[in-house]
Amino acid sequence: MIETKSLTCVACPKGCEVTVEYEGDEIIDIKGNACPQGQDYAKEEIVAPTRILPTTIRIKNGALSLCPVKTTKQIPLENMFKAMQIIGDKEIEAPVKMGDVLIENILDTGADIVATRDMPEEI
Amino acid sequence: MLNLKKDLVVIGGGPAGLAAAKKAYDEGIEDVMILERDFELGGILPQCIHNGFGLHYFKEELTGPEYAQRFINDVKERNIEIKLDTMVLDVTKDRKVYAMNKKEGFLEIEAGAVVLAMGCRERTAGAIGIPGTRPAGVITAGTAQRYTNIEGFVPGDEVVILGSGDIGLIMARRMKLEGADVKAVCELLPYTGGLTRNVVQCLEDYDIPLMLNHTVTAIKGEGRLEAVEISEVDENLKPIPETAKTIKADTLLLSVGLIPENELSKKADVVLDDRTGGPIVNEGRETNIEGIFACGNVLHVHDLVDWVTEESQIAGAHAAKYIKDSFARTNKCVEVKAGENVSYVIPQKIELEAGDRKRIPLYMRVSTPLTAVDINLYADGEKLYSFSEPFAKPGEMISVPLAQKTLDGLDNPNEIKVEIIEKEGK
Ligand SMILES: Cc1cc2nc3c(=O)[nH]c(=O)nc-3n(C[C@H](O)[C@H](O)[C@H](O)COP(=O)(O)OP(=O)(O)OC[C@H]3O[C@@H](n4cnc5c(N)ncnc54)[C@H](O)[C@@H]3O)c2cc1C
Ligand code: SF4
Repeated sequence: MIETKSLTCVACPKGCEVTVEYEGDEIIDIKGNACPQGQDYAKEEIVAPTRILPTTIRIKNGALSLCPVKTTKQIPLENMFKAMQIIGDKEIEAPVKMGDVLIENILDTGADIVATRDMPEEI
Repeated sequence: MLNLKKDLVVIGGGPAGLAAAKKAYDEGIEDVMILERDFELGGILPQCIHNGFGLHYFKEELTGPEYAQRFINDVKERNIEIKLDTMVLDVTKDRKVYAMNKKEGFLEIEAGAVVLAMGCRERTAGAIGIPGTRPAGVITAGTAQRYTNIEGFVPGDEVVILGSGDIGLIMARRMKLEGADVKAVCELLPYTGGLTRNVVQCLEDYDIPLMLNHTVTAIKGEGRLEAVEISEVDENLKPIPETAKTIKADTLLLSVGLIPENELSKKADVVLDDRTGGPIVNEGRETNIEGIFACGNVLHVHDLVDWVTEESQIAGAHAAKYIKDSFARTNKCVEVKAGENVSYVIPQKIELEAGDRKRIPLYMRVSTPLTAVDINLYADGEKLYSFSEPFAKPGEMISVPLAQKTLDGLDNPNEIKVEIIEKEGK
């Protein structure tokens, strides 16, 4: 089935409205992009959109009860809720340093979950 | 009361205060103290856990806590004195700073120079006057961000967001990922106040509807919010009664603007600008009161922390010069004015005789979205120069450099004016 989707290109702040016609993973037509970068963007957005996931993880004995974390690289958008579940099920222990790996290779995406700040122990 | 003396006192330990303190220290002022009312440094950044910070300044994409941590580490590496849990209560125009904390009680600090870096606060439901009751569950987006990301509870299950500024968009995604049903983001204007990237990655990614030209016309519920009524607005932004519909919700997040936090500035007789809500400053970010500087969100609301850092370095460097007596202001200034489609320009004035600078960045915002624009600079009505940009949006600050050479070529100018207009026949 041929589908169309309109996207806002975020490759630059101009934000062109790009319309893509596609069937499954096959791109049929891309319209509305003011430059070639918009085409690459639209293709990736249809075939496999990926994002960084920033969230928090529960931490024991920390100055705060949550520590902010992120994925070290973009992971598929469709995996977001699954990744949230895995991170939500886990509790780590203070202290941690910014950049410490807390979960390795989440969902086999090749991305680790790392702390995005130092979290000292509760004083 | 404890009496202290410091070369530089910085009020507020957010990104603005941290960058100003660091810069002044690196310029040779080592007797620096930061006063922060919170239990830790970083300002609003520790709760902004999302990515998108630092692309201009660090040339890499960081989250808010990471951006803050880098500056906190820098400040701690230097011998800068930090007082946490310390609330500043008063500042006088002869630069006495009065503060209080539990350990030491009242403090009086005589400061060689003061940097105001108190940030901003959010507009609340009262400030925008929505009709209806005031049940629990109506909170600002920033408060919800603090609950969710710092304190560890998600403040609702069924959420409507009023206002499409970046904080509202970011919180739409955040609450969705935490399992809430985010029903809509309503925006009064025909365009969003947030970055395009946030509209795509926070709303479109999760199929959260963005309702432009819509506003909340009633709040319903006793005790806890039960529903909100939303309506479309006409071209005069007046709600159209026939379009009203009710959405079940236990939480309404308000993302309807930020106001610079200038209670302290007023106590020191600092004059504020009606348009920015912050002090009127010269190119060194010095206010009308000598030796009192301002930077970051207390001066004007920034959308990107990278600009806060740049501006605060300017303020820190000038405060250092002031303390070292190498910069005496003459008050011979040229006024900088906002022309057509420009809502404000910072700084509002420029000292004409001021040493070794090469260029002065002018920060400005447009009052309405424009495409294919010419940015024109005039001195006393005569065009200085002009350049083009493909577009200009109110949500994104524009920085325009004014070269010292250009200023030097002018004969005692009174006023520099910037206008941003769409090209003819585009
Ligand atoms: C809720 C919210 C979310 C935001 N999200 C983003 C974002 O996602 N991306 C982005 O780039 N920008 C964001 N901003 C803008 C952001 O505020 C700036 O990027 C930056 O944090 C401003 O730095 P600042 O140091 O001027 O202010 P702040 O970070 O607000 O720091 C001000 C500091 O001063 C302290 N202070 C105030 N009054 C006193 C007093 N009387 N005594 C002692 N200390 C005092 C405060 O406790 C605070 O720590 C957000 C702003 C808000 C309000
Ligand atoms: S298509 Fe090109 S010009 Fe348009 S938003 Fe994307 S990168 Fe920018």
